[in-house]
Amino acid sequence: MIKHEEIQRHTIAVLVDNESGVLARVIGLFSGRGYNIESLTVAEVNAADNLSRITIVTSGTRQIIEQIKNQLRRLVPVHKVSDLTIEGPHVGRELALVKVSSTGEKRVESLRIADIFRARAIDSTNESFVFEVVGATEKVDAFIKLMEPLGLVDVSRTGVAAIARGAAAL
Amino acid sequence: MSQQGAMNGAEILLKALVDQGVEVIFGYPGGAILPIYDELFKQNRLKHILVRHEQAAVHAAEGYARSTGKVGCVLVTSGPGATNTVTGLADALCDSVPLVCLTGQVPTHLIGNDAFQEADITGITRPCTKHNYLVKDVADLARIVHEAFHVARSGRPGPVLVDLPKDVVQAHGEYHGPTRFKSKYKPQVKGDLKAIEKAVEMIAAAKRPIVYVGGGVVNSGPAACQLLTQFVRLAGFPCTQTLMGLGAFPSSDPLSLGMLGMHGTYEANLAMHDCDVMINVGARFDDRVTGRLNAFSPNSKKIHIDIDPSSINKNVVVDLAVVGDAAHILEDMIKVWKAKQVRIDDKALRAWWAQIEQWRGKDCLRYPASNAIIKPQYAIQRLYELTKHKNPFITTEVGQHQMWAAQHFRFEKPNHWLTSGGLGTMGYGLPAAMGVQVAHPGALVIDIAGESSIQMNIQELATLAQHKLPVKVFILNNQYMGMVRQWQELIHGGRYSESHMHTHPDFVKLAEAFGAVGLRAEKPSQVDDLINEMISVDRPVVAELRTDASENCFPMIMPGMAHNEMVLGPEDRSVEHPGSEEDGMVLV
Repeated sequence: MIKHEEIQRHTIAVLVDNESGVLARVIGLFSGRGYNIESLTVAEVNAADNLSRITIVTSGTRQIIEQIKNQLRRLVPVHKVSDLTIEGPHVGRELALVKVSSTGEKRVESLRIADIFRARAIDSTNESFVFEVVGATEKVDAFIKLMEPLGLVDVSRTGVAAIARGAAAL
Repeated sequence: MSQQGAMNGAEILLKALVDQGVEVIFGYPGGAILPIYDELFKQNRLKHILVRHEQAAVHAAEGYARSTGKVGCVLVTSGPGATNTVTGLADALCDSVPLVCLTGQVPTHLIGNDAFQEADITGITRPCTKHNYLVKDVADLARIVHEAFHVARSGRPGPVLVDLPKDVVQAHGEYHGPTRFKSKYKPQVKGDLKAIEKAVEMIAAAKRPIVYVGGGVVNSGPAACQLLTQFVRLAGFPCTQTLMGLGAFPSSDPLSLGMLGMHGTYEANLAMHDCDVMINVGARFDDRVTGRLNAFSPNSKKIHIDIDPSSINKNVVVDLAVVGDAAHILEDMIKVWKAKQVRIDDKALRAWWAQIEQWRGKDCLRYPASNAIIKPQYAIQRLYELTKHKNPFITTEVGQHQMWAAQHFRFEKPNHWLTSGGLGTMGYGLPAAMGVQVAHPGALVIDIAGESSIQMNIQELATLAQHKLPVKVFILNNQYMGMVRQWQELIHGGRYSESHMHTHPDFVKLAEAFGAVGLRAEKPSQVDDLINEMISVDRPVVAELRTDASENCFPMIMPGMAHNEMVLGPEDRSVEHPGSEEDGMVLV
């Protein structure tokens, strides 16, 4: 509608048939209808039933979020759509590989901060580290920001994988 | 893939089509699809209509599907054959027409190599089909074809494309019938009974109700249309129909307010604006219906019945949604209504009808009569009067003539009105009429056309000749792309940018060149004779009527305006300025 509503961020889990084109369908839906994708992860989760799970972090008004879920449910290879943000508590994590190139005090400082964030150095040369950091998006953001003045040269992030708390399955 | 089975892929495909009830295929052969055409040659269960352009094959299948309720079937080759179907598929998706489009594809080992006549048609058509498939193994072929038909006809119907690489249809495999497969695609059909009870409660409390009916009721089938009519008459409510919903409720019934929306009737739009309870059955609050959204029916409680959950709260936030098939929900509504012995507020309803009759009194569809020049509205009125005893099927192209047809032709039954509503595809009407005529060989099928639209698929006159399809093409020739000219006059300062075609073919000679009968009328006094001659000939006819080039289609809700800001005619200057982009609306 015309009135300016609050933009909300939602994490949506989608269970799909692991068939060619399914990711293109989901992405095409978002681009074709002008929805946002903040992050998207996908991988096979059930080989026996040939199912993949897509986790999408998106943002929009309440009406748009409802549309996104309904449009996703309309896709033939989509089995289940779950809005983790409103369907109870959930946990979400992403992994980032962060490359820092520096020497001297900056190099030492980057190691100290990595320690605080429980990031691991998984590659090292005389003038660089690759850190692996895992956590909520905000934590990963904060880590990368702190690395900027310390010689940050490259970042690779997975996007959020999320799951509901408790015993119930999707 | 190459293990020796009883049948090759092409045979499996045709067997699957027969088992799915296909009788007619609309198509055009080419390299990649030749193995299937070869099998088609060897059998006589399936009839093939050879079109002159693949877009027309899809529209013809749409005409077949919309007039019968069955799934239409298209067969074309790879590359350009496949890409030519895109407009038709997009049209069918917008208007929820069940189709299965079979496209040839280069052999699997060449896919991705930019081979001759290769196009990534599943990629291209992903956003304009309900679903599509690329068959990579002959072992999957029968299952995929059966599933394609299931998806096309289930839930909200739509077009499904199946891409068939040449080596797959040449390989041998096993055939399995439809009963062997269970599709996981199961849209909700029954409506939630609690929601239906709530809906009846809301309706019972209404003082100024309106029933707003869309193409979903037609798509649900004749039973849904009957139940809708029963419900509207039971309640005594006013009923308005969208462009796609015409025919779902008999237009001769005094409860019918006619079409609503941009070129709808005054009484329908004002009743929508002033109602207190709106019952939307199978319509989708399209922008051509709602006008300016923030002024759309501001004081009503809205009930939305739709089979597609994504239609709910998409454009208009509603108070109550019932998801499911219209026929099931209407049946349950009537049951609940009768069980609860609903008493509506008769006094309020009488007052509401008195108000509606006052609006009706404006006689918003009237137009200035003329003895000198053919008014397009007059041509359509005469066409209706002189053909209604034959219960004709009417298709249209897109533009002014389409709106005049919607306003002045009357429909008592569903499936007799076929028009491109959502996509607005010029060139739809002639091939669609072709498809209708194939399905109903003895019926009177008329394409009401404009001289511009008809030229977009004029080549199909050759198809009519080849297959002896006596379609009547009724061209209102006003020398302009009329609706474009109208908008330029009303909204763009009279700057008629490229809307005038300085030359047109001689339609009478053109008809004769294609083996059809050509007729022409230039004066109002010739109209009846032209129509009578047109319908008495058992051959394709192209009838050209030279109409008033300056006539505009009214009433009209100008873009960006609300229902209660309708312009009734050229003399009505109650609204001088259409809305602007500053109102948060782009004029479309």
